[in-house]
Amino acid sequence: MMSKGNKQTRAVNWPVTILLILGCLTIFFPLYMAVMISMKQPSEMTNDISGALSLPAQWSFANFQEAMRVTDFWHSLGNSLLITVATVVLSVVIHGLAGYAIGRSMQKNKIYNIIYMFIVSGMFVPFAILMMPLVKQTAQMGVANRFGVILLYVVFYMPLNVMLYKGFLTNIPLAIEEAARVDGASTWKIYWTIIFPMMKPMHATVAVLTAMSTWNDVMTPLVIMSGTGKNTLPLAQLNFQTQFGTNYNLAFASYILALIPILLFYVICQKQIINGVVNGAVK
Amino acid sequence: MRGDKDRERTFLLITIPVVALFICFNTLPLIKGFIYSFTNFKGYGSYEWVGLRNYADLFTDARVAKSYWFTFKYALLGTILTNVISLVIAMGLNSKIKGKSVLRGIYFIPNVLGGLVIGYIFSFIFTYVLPVIGQSLGIGVLSSSMLSNTSTAWIAIVIVGCWQAIAMNTIIYISGLQTVPEDIYEAGAIDGVTGWRKFKDLTFPLIIPFFGINMVLSMKNFLMVFDQIMALTKGGPSQSTESISYLIYNNGMSGGQFGFQSANAFLFFVVIVVISVVQMTVMNKKEEQL
Repeated sequence: MMSKGNKQTRAVNWPVTILLILGCLTIFFPLYMAVMISMKQPSEMTNDISGALSLPAQWSFANFQEAMRVTDFWHSLGNSLLITVATVVLSVVIHGLAGYAIGRSMQKNKIYNIIYMFIVSGMFVPFAILMMPLVKQTAQMGVANRFGVILLYVVFYMPLNVMLYKGFLTNIPLAIEEAARVDGASTWKIYWTIIFPMMKPMHATVAVLTAMSTWNDVMTPLVIMSGTGKNTLPLAQLNFQTQFGTNYNLAFASYILALIPILLFYVICQKQIINGVVNGAVK
Repeated sequence: MRGDKDRERTFLLITIPVVALFICFNTLPLIKGFIYSFTNFKGYGSYEWVGLRNYADLFTDARVAKSYWFTFKYALLGTILTNVISLVIAMGLNSKIKGKSVLRGIYFIPNVLGGLVIGYIFSFIFTYVLPVIGQSLGIGVLSSSMLSNTSTAWIAIVIVGCWQAIAMNTIIYISGLQTVPEDIYEAGAIDGVTGWRKFKDLTFPLIIPFFGINMVLSMKNFLMVFDQIMALTKGGPSQSTESISYLIYNNGMSGGQFGFQSANAFLFFVVIVVISVVQMTVMNKKEEQL
């Protein structure tokens, strides 16, 4: 419909190219505006449109310094990194093992079928229903902190990740393992030396999906870590809203700071991220 | 065989702790929430059993009804808009264009950004930028902040939700469009199939599985909306944009309605399961017909 007739000629479809480039403006506009505001001083924020959109009279990073100080940026960033990295590593290790153990046992043993369905059905459970009991439970267990948040993520992403690993394993023939078994290798050793390396593409998918959901999540740290005085990067934006007050320049500097790490990550690993997201959804 | 024994034992040793962990932090709180839903627990202090009263009250509570109304109209409009727009963008990105990979990369950006911060940025646009544009163009609806008007605030949240969701759905549609073999179009071109009919009769039937994935995914995400509400309206004005998740969080955690909102959460859970199952069966049927 859009590329009418040019399949044969293989010419570049310029109208569509131009429309798509114009469409990018809807994506860049909010980001452009955020950068402009973050570089300005409150006195430059006039009531007309140029207050928000014009280039700053003087490019200044002072707002960023101030925002870093006010929101305790480095600690928030550290917490976000710690939680995300730990969740990703634990997910790859635990969910990979679980997918292997369950996936390889399902044909022989009916109980593993039930276990598999049991875990995968966890995908339908919205956080809203677990939230209130979990706040109580983590407090009682003494894990209403970063560690508890990591633990919860490992459980929340288990259904999807176990399903992905189990699905990927059906493409790895049993014969490969049989050969190693004849040589006397233990199951544990077979997993780590043969299966784990072979599941590398799925590790990438799982890592990307888990990392992105963890990094941007607000609700879990909001309800679980609220008593610790510690913030993740998104949580800091929420908790410091009142301190930003009407100083939008400071607030936007803080927003930009919160967006930069994930944007950098995206620019560097764009291919893996897009592949991971597609695999996770389509599988 | 000794090897079989070792294998079974290893699998068991892996599975047991994993299942225990899952039960501890997923099944157990689910059951606890279900039990609390039969009490008048405030979140602290003592409580009594109230039987099914919370569930009966859910259906007469105006605020709960309002939150379901908002969440459903938001999810429905959001899902439709997201799927239509992302399908159009995906077809554009899949045609013969210049700078294909750069453009694809750009269109995916909104997906990697966090909903909360994006919400704050859009909040500024709705409050300060759009009204100025609306006033100078003489568009009445836009001349004041969309977020402070009970009849337009939900639309503003739909816009932000779509802005982010389109990125994800576009990528999935592109991977769907790539599975459509080129010779189908060539055959269609010989039969004179062009324009809308080409899309309706050739392209769309072949990407129905991807359409299904997108419908289920975006519907589920829109139904659980939380971050955008937190950033844009906090449920206002006059509770017109209170989503179910936000209501459960707000009234359950700090509003002394732990028991009542547990019942609400359980109803929400059932609703999500029913919608997902219905969507999946409909999609499976459609796929089989082809």
